[in-house]
Amino acid sequence: MLNSITNKARGINKKSALTWCMNNAIFLVLFLLLFIIIVISPDFLSVNNFRNILTQASTRIIIALGVGALIITQGTDLSAGRQVGVAAVVSASLLQAPTYAYRMYPDLPVLPIFVPILLVIIITAVFGFINGFVVAKLNVTPFIATLGSMIIIYGINSIYYDRPPYGAQPIGGLDARYMNFAQGSFNIGGFMLPYLVIYATVVTVFIWILWNKTRLGKNIFAVGGNPEAAVVSGVSLVKTILIVYTLASALYGFAGALEAARVGSATNNTGNMYELDAIAACVVGGVSFSGGIGSVGGVVTGVLIFQVINYGLAFIGVNPYLQYIIKGLIIIAAVAVDTRKYIKRK
Amino acid sequence: MHPYLLDRHIEWGVTMVNNAELKSNEPCLLDVKNISKQFPGVKALDDVQLKVRAGTVHALMGENGAGKSTLMKCLFGIYYADEGEIYLEGKKVNFTSAKQALDNGVSMVHQELNQVRQRNIMDNIWLGRYPQKGLFIDEDKMYDDTKKIFEQLDIQLDPRVKVGKLSVSEMQMVEIAKAVSYNSKIIVMDEPTSSLTEKEVAHLFKIIRTLKERNVGIIYISHKMEEILQISDDVTIMRDGKWISTQPAHELTTDKIINLMVGRDLTHRFPEKTNIPGETILKVEKLTAMYQPSIQEVSFELRKGEILGIAGLVGSKRTEIVECLFGIRHVESGKVFLHGKEIHNDSSHDAIKNRFALVTEERRSTGIFGMLNINFNAVIANMEEYVGKYVLLDETKCDKDTQWVIDSMRVKTPSQKTLINSLSGGNQQKVIIGRWLLTQPEILMLDEPTRGIDVGAKFEIYQLMIELAKKDKGIIMVSSEMPELLGITDRILVMSNGRVGGIVETKNTNQEEILRLSAKYL
Repeated sequence: MLNSITNKARGINKKSALTWCMNNAIFLVLFLLLFIIIVISPDFLSVNNFRNILTQASTRIIIALGVGALIITQGTDLSAGRQVGVAAVVSASLLQAPTYAYRMYPDLPVLPIFVPILLVIIITAVFGFINGFVVAKLNVTPFIATLGSMIIIYGINSIYYDRPPYGAQPIGGLDARYMNFAQGSFNIGGFMLPYLVIYATVVTVFIWILWNKTRLGKNIFAVGGNPEAAVVSGVSLVKTILIVYTLASALYGFAGALEAARVGSATNNTGNMYELDAIAACVVGGVSFSGGIGSVGGVVTGVLIFQVINYGLAFIGVNPYLQYIIKGLIIIAAVAVDTRKYIKRK
Repeated sequence: MHPYLLDRHIEWGVTMVNNAELKSNEPCLLDVKNISKQFPGVKALDDVQLKVRAGTVHALMGENGAGKSTLMKCLFGIYYADEGEIYLEGKKVNFTSAKQALDNGVSMVHQELNQVRQRNIMDNIWLGRYPQKGLFIDEDKMYDDTKKIFEQLDIQLDPRVKVGKLSVSEMQMVEIAKAVSYNSKIIVMDEPTSSLTEKEVAHLFKIIRTLKERNVGIIYISHKMEEILQISDDVTIMRDGKWISTQPAHELTTDKIINLMVGRDLTHRFPEKTNIPGETILKVEKLTAMYQPSIQEVSFELRKGEILGIAGLVGSKRTEIVECLFGIRHVESGKVFLHGKEIHNDSSHDAIKNRFALVTEERRSTGIFGMLNINFNAVIANMEEYVGKYVLLDETKCDKDTQWVIDSMRVKTPSQKTLINSLSGGNQQKVIIGRWLLTQPEILMLDEPTRGIDVGAKFEIYQLMIELAKKDKGIIMVSSEMPELLGITDRILVMSNGRVGGIVETKNTNQEEILRLSAKYL
């Protein structure tokens, strides 16, 4: 009797442990990766390395949080990377140091840095609004709608970028204030906390509140979970989708402005393929492509996993081509495990 | 006779009950013996049996959750039974997939039809086993074979028509034809008449009789007593995962079946009508929808405390009326007055503001958010109420309201955070109705509110409607079930081909008059 009870308890424990592992697979993968890297190269365990990883992840977290909301509404955004590019190029062109010889606008007065940053956020928000309009009003599948706008935005950006007198030159010589805006750090008792990490944290908290504590958040999940039921419940599909695309693009704009200053220059190829990294991070972080499922914590962890792979594998000297293979496998494996949660049990 | 004894007699070939009914000297076509199935925490099936004779219709009845579907899933190998055996024509079988069952002559016509809507009828019928001529598919043979089966079953359809263009009843015919094409000996029909008109039901029954003549055994799952008594030969009743009885249909009555199903005396299927209609609150004048064919010039009035039924054949555009009123279908012309003031519900948002509520017909596709929890599902239509300080939501209030829904609707659930998908159909429906009650509606519209719900839950929903009517709400109920319309409403609006065939007082009308009105504009 006692034996059977303990057996039963063991059975349940085993099962719930497995369920726990399934539900937290993403965190396990992250820790496993870190563990392997640290075992191979204990030097990896330094404040400096982690700061670098977080810093590099910062702009990507901002982009992924924009894309994440779209995926939850059953959408996607292939134009995210190109929008980052536009924002980077435009803000860099307006914030070149007055002493720099090859300025795009030689006669431009020195602008307060928030002006160009705000401007590029507005520009990308307009792109996002148009994406949303095409998806919600013209009923074009998000994949196609943003595939089209991806190409268009690249064209627009290249026309702006590749002009006389200097032609297709990387836009460099950025204003020191602008560089500091992205590259600087707070000195907290000797510990340097990069501004970028702070921006990413603020955006993450903002998006977390938006998704979990506001009406818009509920509407995003309703639209993604069951669009028809959402309409019946008084949720406006068009309005929700327009807001989500516009907001996502505003985030790309901010990320683009940061990216140019982080790298120190911008070209029309800045941001290329960032959308795929963002989408990959989202799905690895448990955002479902069929809509209605996803969490801010998941998206952030997804981005961190990829950054750990990028940085950590390079740190231990893994062949860069092999890194691609590992990344691809992680995407597929993560989603395969995640899907198991929702498959009907038999 | 004690059910156990009855069963013995079948097994030993003793014909004590009725010679003509139970030809017990011939072996059963399908013999399901002592099946048990355990799920974590629930015994879904407990020693269940089912014996189907060739050339008969065997009705399988029970409330939702009684284990009918689980039993069928065990038969088709979708679930593995923990105990028990299944014999087909005396041979022990153990299917591991629906495909295998199909190949062995056991097929199912699903409640939710699974067909490739973009392909034509014959592609669907021969899917997975296309006749080949060398490397290519033999379209002509496929066409001829399909046509032949259609002729046998008296189905007037062109095999080259896309399935997506068919009505529900036609799709069902195609499913049955598919079962016949597999030379099925056993055909399971799960709620086959839930969305058919009376005429279509008659056609279905004709087909069923043809199948009987061909010595097919039919397992017929339904909640509709009248039909069961009309079409079936034997009736097996299940309750709480247990086999309760198997009896010849002619020995049963509706009341007896209900008693066996619920295990208690439900003398009345409908609660006493205690609501008293008052003054008019809603007036609809010549409402016409934009995209025809749809409703045309529909006019009616709804009074305070009244339950107005909307009857009509499938395709008579009943749902369209409530959708137009709720702003989710475009209106071409017509006026709607609430308390004498003209209103325009251009979207569901407007409708909710004007205190309209709509419980839709298709719970799964337009009602629930399956992947989300009960809390979310309960409060989503009432968001306006929860936006608190600094646009943040008042979660305490959300939780409190959800608890109210669970308590007052008597939703059976472990917690508010349970995914709604894991509840039974009846409980999901209660959450949806609760969702709309939270918005404090004046006009509550319910489209087929009791479809696919068991007897007990139905009674509770009727009770609730009367309670709401007593609180001066105006209630509109669209329904295909005649007894329900006659049992619960005050007046009935009968739709006929998009127009109002007539509006009748429930207590002065009968089934014949309603049928006559519904055929008025055909």
